[in-house]
Amino acid sequence: MATFDGYPRPTGPAGVRNYVAVIPTSVAASAVADAIADRTVENVRSTPHQMGIDPPDGACEQIERTLSGIGQNPNVGAALVVALGTETIDADGIADAIAATGRNVETLTIREAGGTAAAVGTGVDHARELWDGIADARREERDASELVFGVECGGSDATSGIAANPAVGAACDRLVRDGGTASFSETPEFIGAEHLLAERCVDDEVRDRLLERVERRESAAQLMGVDLRGAQPTPGNQDGGLTTIEEKSLGAIVKGGTTPVRGIVEYAESLPVGGGLVLMDTPGYDIESVVGKVAGGAQIVAFTTGRGSTTGNPLAPVIKVTGNPKTADRLASNMDVNASTIIDGESIDAVGERIYETLLAVASGKRTAAEQRRLEEFAINELQPNELAELRGNA
Amino acid sequence: MKGEVLGDVGLHMAETDNVVTAIDDLETGTEIPWGGTAIELQEDVEFGHKVALEPIQPGDVVRKYGEPIGEAVETIAPGEWVHTHNCESARGRGDRADAEVI
Repeated sequence: MATFDGYPRPTGPAGVRNYVAVIPTSVAASAVADAIADRTVENVRSTPHQMGIDPPDGACEQIERTLSGIGQNPNVGAALVVALGTETIDADGIADAIAATGRNVETLTIREAGGTAAAVGTGVDHARELWDGIADARREERDASELVFGVECGGSDATSGIAANPAVGAACDRLVRDGGTASFSETPEFIGAEHLLAERCVDDEVRDRLLERVERRESAAQLMGVDLRGAQPTPGNQDGGLTTIEEKSLGAIVKGGTTPVRGIVEYAESLPVGGGLVLMDTPGYDIESVVGKVAGGAQIVAFTTGRGSTTGNPLAPVIKVTGNPKTADRLASNMDVNASTIIDGESIDAVGERIYETLLAVASGKRTAAEQRRLEEFAINELQPNELAELRGNA
Repeated sequence: MKGEVLGDVGLHMAETDNVVTAIDDLETGTEIPWGGTAIELQEDVEFGHKVALEPIQPGDVVRKYGEPIGEAVETIAPGEWVHTHNCESARGRGDRADAEVI
């Protein structure tokens, strides 16, 4: 059986990292969260984001779900929730949700602490105490079935669908065979390939839900009277040889492998552990999409790129895979796996095996290129006006 | 690699595809073996971009991975570069939806 060495948690699957997460509830607290993380120890990580003080109802719910999920991620051993104190977003609710999973949680309000400098001081004290509570955690051997593997692509080109994505797909198939979970997202990139995904859905309910989500993303373009071609494929994708969204999607969906589609969850909704292949309904923006899956419980992410991407995440290691030989060369220091060998004749299965071995090694502590360089982008998906209108309609 | 490599220069993903993907930067005149003969490149084609293997008429489906990836909007001859200038998506076309309503 495939195993990894992870940090056991009071509830749920093991973590592959052992962090104190410093979680701001709004943009107004992001700088304080960053300062607290910077002034404590390396394993204290902040998740600064751009969301405002008083978002509309549907947006507020999505932000709370995302931040609660981030604090509940297996890689987080303890959390500090930081608020300015005037937010609609419920800091105590987020802290309670995280505490319900057996983790130590503190909350800090900048207004009550007496301003930013005082809040940073108090926050550093809290973060140190929280770290002391989890610093003794030791890795132990765990079954690969506890792993939730988030799969993302960004900066796609023609090699993504030919080399990097099918190779990551082969690694997903391996993990699912070993009892784990794989998840990919970016619903706009199902357009033109949704019929192939629909055929793989385990039942009618999952299939209908998947098709409805694709329809919703596509009709958003129609409602606004815009041509999706302006944004998809992106100008960069087009330079890389991708002509249409259909072509991009057909190359994108292979990164999830070939196993049945077991379900589709909301942005940042909890991904089932041991659930096989489960999709998440997210927009096409890489950083927001990765954060959605990490909030859903992904401990580890594979990110394929053709033209190049250097992005990481504060809490989940991101494994970079490229199928473009020029990118493998130019961005060698940002890449973890070179899948461009497929173009020279190495088999997809052999590269998939290398990715799976990398996945297990990274899960056991090996640092990715993005981690070594402390590349830690974080952004929450902001609901668009048409999506908010739809949520109100359903309420 | 899935698909068939044609003459070390093009990747044909599925039998029914009418385009092939360049797996090197290719120059005008490069020959791609196809159907017992050879297709001659009518223009330079960059790595990752597509070349028509067959004559494609406006409105014809362009096929890669054995699936439709869009429609031709111009006549495309074998050996010509296939990209956004002569092939369009059939999906996510809010601009067209508007035109149909009017």
